[in-house]
Amino acid sequence: MAEPLSPPRLLPSGDSAITVEFSRTIDNAANRRVLALDRVIAAEPIAGVTETVPTYRSLLVHYDPVQIGFDALGEQLLARAAKAPPTETGTRRWRIPVAYGGEHGIDLEDVAKALGTTPDEIVARHVAGDYRVAMIGFTPGWSYLSGLETFLHMPRRKDPRLLTPAGTISIGGIQTGVQCLAGPSGWHLLGRTPVRTYQLHRDPTFLLEPGDAITFTAVDAKTFAEQDRAADAGEFVAELVRP
Amino acid sequence: MSKLVVTSIGPASSVQDGGRPGSQRYGLVPSGAMDRLSLAAANTLVGNELLAAAVEIGPFGASFTARGGAVRVGLAGASRNADIGGRPVAFDSSATLAEGETLNLGFARGGSFSYLAIEHGIEGEPMFGSLAVNARAGLGSPYPRPLQSGDELKTQAASGIAERRIELPASNDAPIRIVFGPQDDEFADESKRLLTDSEWKISATSDRMGYRLEGPAIKHLDGHNIVSDGTVNGSIQVPGNGQPIVLMPDRGTSGGYPKIATVITADFGRFAQISAAGRSASRR
Repeated sequence: MAEPLSPPRLLPSGDSAITVEFSRTIDNAANRRVLALDRVIAAEPIAGVTETVPTYRSLLVHYDPVQIGFDALGEQLLARAAKAPPTETGTRRWRIPVAYGGEHGIDLEDVAKALGTTPDEIVARHVAGDYRVAMIGFTPGWSYLSGLETFLHMPRRKDPRLLTPAGTISIGGIQTGVQCLAGPSGWHLLGRTPVRTYQLHRDPTFLLEPGDAITFTAVDAKTFAEQDRAADAGEFVAELVRP
Repeated sequence: MSKLVVTSIGPASSVQDGGRPGSQRYGLVPSGAMDRLSLAAANTLVGNELLAAAVEIGPFGASFTARGGAVRVGLAGASRNADIGGRPVAFDSSATLAEGETLNLGFARGGSFSYLAIEHGIEGEPMFGSLAVNARAGLGSPYPRPLQSGDELKTQAASGIAERRIELPASNDAPIRIVFGPQDDEFADESKRLLTDSEWKISATSDRMGYRLEGPAIKHLDGHNIVSDGTVNGSIQVPGNGQPIVLMPDRGTSGGYPKIATVITADFGRFAQISAAGRSASRR
């Protein structure tokens, strides 16, 4: 029989939210438990819970304090965490096109230099990765991926950029990610994808779900431009390899 | 159809309502009014639902002109000198602009945000159930951005019913109450005491994403980087320079700085009203 899982910590986030913390570090096993608890709460709702937000290592549970209190909710969360099986069944898999380097990924050459290799090898290694959406957060559609190979781990920039382009594919620390909207970032920019992980008036508005599996495929600038136009018109452009 | 035309307006003014909760798992923050009690008061004055969309007006003056018919409005939140065509109007009351008349509002006094609710509400296309402006995400209606002169807020003609007044408890400057956590164990007891025992100034660089607090530096026990996790309105995160940032309704849905404490819901609107350079104390 498997060893019983250690219970998560229940941390108060004010009077209307509980952070259910499974780990303090980036840890795939903890992330699977976060997503499993999220699924169990969706399947067996708790009266008073208004919204759940999965992140790398914890599940933020928003609640209405008029309907349920910290202690009662905490008990129900611990009970669900104890029976939530951290499985990966039904994982959707997407293939996401990326134009690497040049104007699309202005840090690719510097990253190659810093890691003592060539831009081509950085691209080959990044494309070879098998990633999972660990969390979506900060700004709409910003998808943080786990599964970056150790060779590509690199400290974030000392001076974060105030504006990086929409669709940026970047690496930072031990993570890689798909950024949807233009915005600030302290990560290293490897390329851009035409895929909109968030697009208004498209169904679905949000393309990726926490837990989805992701691989990247390199495309040239011409293909990027064509796909960018198609994506702007509402096409996914990302290929759903396994629904 | 009546409409209220924005004839002048300062920065930090936008249409806001109860916000759009439910999509934080996709990185979409709910946004919504900075001070919900004042939003609810303004809406109550004109018979709207409590958290219906209204105009959130930043610290500077503003003016609005009725076109196409009379428009009835409710005013609440930070009080201001106000008149309709020279006729004085009180805050915490409703008033009606006849066609062509202009409502003039001065600078905010004793707070940062005032709420102008319009009887029958503001017409717009809800996105995720809300008209609230979130400019970064391209959301908000009738305009997905802060308001500008010339913008039009469409509504129905004023009902002509008797004006209302609402008595609200006087706002006070009692300490802002907090709950420690979720990451208060990243700080020594003495740092936690520093948070509750110091007087903090709101930095002028504060906005709808976050209020920066100026005061003594709060030290971390073990560095200022944590693995990003979820945020709420009122999360007090402490970056490397030790100057806390209180997260506001346009916050990022996740953040990578330790969160020492959280402002309680009941005090959040009162905290949001503290003006730049205004002082804030907190207590557990």
